Amino acid sequence: MYQVGDLVKELSDKHGRTRESLMPILQGIVKRHNYLTDEAMVEVAKELDISAAEVYGTASFYTFLDTKVRGKYMIRVCKTITCSMKGKGEIIDTLEDMLKIKVGETTSDKQFSLIETNCIGWCHKAPAMLINDIPYTELTPEKVVEIIKGYMQSK
Amino acid sequence: MENRGLNKVDLIFEKVDPREVLTSAYKMKNNEIIQQVLESGLKGRGGAGFPTGLKWKYTAAVKEPEKYIVCNADEGEPGTFKDREILDRVAYKVYGGMAIAGKAIGAKTGIVYLRGEYRYLLPKLLKELESFHRLIKGIGYDFKIRYCMGSGAYICGEESALFESIEGGRGEPRNKPPYPTTSGVFNKPTSINNVETLVTAMAIIKHGPESYSHLGTKDSRGSKVFSISGDTPTPGIFELELGMSVQEFVDEFGDGDTKAVQVGGASGFCVPRKKFQVTIIGFEGVPTGGSMKLFNSSRSMYNVLHNYLDFFAEESCGQCTPCRVGCQQLLKGVEKVKKREVKSTYLNELLKLADTMKVASKCGLGQSVGNAFRTIVENFREEIIY
Repeated sequence: MYQVGDLVKELSDKHGRTRESLMPILQGIVKRHNYLTDEAMVEVAKELDISAAEVYGTASFYTFLDTKVRGKYMIRVCKTITCSMKGKGEIIDTLEDMLKIKVGETTSDKQFSLIETNCIGWCHKAPAMLINDIPYTELTPEKVVEIIKGYMQSK
Repeated sequence: MENRGLNKVDLIFEKVDPREVLTSAYKMKNNEIIQQVLESGLKGRGGAGFPTGLKWKYTAAVKEPEKYIVCNADEGEPGTFKDREILDRVAYKVYGGMAIAGKAIGAKTGIVYLRGEYRYLLPKLLKELESFHRLIKGIGYDFKIRYCMGSGAYICGEESALFESIEGGRGEPRNKPPYPTTSGVFNKPTSINNVETLVTAMAIIKHGPESYSHLGTKDSRGSKVFSISGDTPTPGIFELELGMSVQEFVDEFGDGDTKAVQVGGASGFCVPRKKFQVTIIGFEGVPTGGSMKLFNSSRSMYNVLHNYLDFFAEESCGQCTPCRVGCQQLLKGVEKVKKREVKSTYLNELLKLADTMKVASKCGLGQSVGNAFRTIVENFREEIIY
């Protein structure tokens, strides 16, 4: 569990305290803490003076606003047709082997989460994945090993 | 049917001097700008194909001091990646199109709604926006653009869902009417245009509507950027004149063994080999927001259909019943047929369900699930069953 009070104030100062500020604030929390805790959502509700249900309602609609525990590095592997055709399965196998988790899970050190996602707009360079904001394309199992090693060393 | 053949065009990525185009647009009367876009015959490049000039005309006609230009950069249709490429390479032309549109309709604010998957582009885009703001201020424009980020929801590409998202809500489409031209984002008159549409509008101002409308066919004027992927030796972005047949397209981009082309992404249409010759890519044949996926004979069309249905079952916002339940039942239905838990004639029931979704769903998502479903099931029935 993380403490979020100061961050919510900081983000509200930056983005404002209107309903329109809700998305950028939630995105800001996720950027810093990887996911939204109940406490964080209640804090945002107080700050914007709207009900916590409204905050949860918005947050739960968007796949990038996770309300479940997520790791520091969110790996999203594209599963839409072209990536599927061009070897997504092997990419997932490689990641599962390396991280010792299944799709949908988070490593016990809270460093990596692995999920599948819908089209991320790199079909011409399939298969592709996102790690946080960064796209990685034309993946091969070897390339994936190198990329993940890089993240493991930088943690 | 008019057939123009396959011709490469360079309007979208062509280097232009934005100061020159924006200065001449600034000197034009507002209705003159709208008239030029109307005359060009430009239709929206996001997929739906509403005439851009009309959209601007309707929004301009509303007497209201606060209006908006929204750039729809929530490019989520499977197989589409042209808007990312356009923003990456010529963002200044997107901004330019927004400023011109803003002047034409009387809006001082532009909002770019960028999908969360493209956030890595944002720092660069903001930097370019800064110098753009300096440029137009110098010319005399009273216009400011800002960004709103999406967070991973395909449905937010639907215009009214996108407005809801900008306003901080769940991305659930609104009932229409009222249309955005009278009541869009923040319930103010809004012209919402696709990234490519805005760039094209700027090209029309630069080159004149005459030369633009010489490209393409009567129903599909001009050129457009295609996102080409799948079984092709040359995947990528290509700007082509509208009005070519699928056969001509396959001759250029196929791998010699193309059995089907999915035109327009998961919400588009599947064209089988036997119809390549007679199908024109454009509003008179199969329309597309740019997504072109080629499948060769090593691919199972059951897998393709299953992938699309899985996509829709996840991305349906769940607000209206026909779409929420329909997407899931179509997915379960084809699985049951494949596993022989039901007779193959069950596919006919599913086709009826897809038709019901077309008429009963609230927005374009539910209404278009049946496009891929019908065209794949009808043309590749044996692959779905066996």
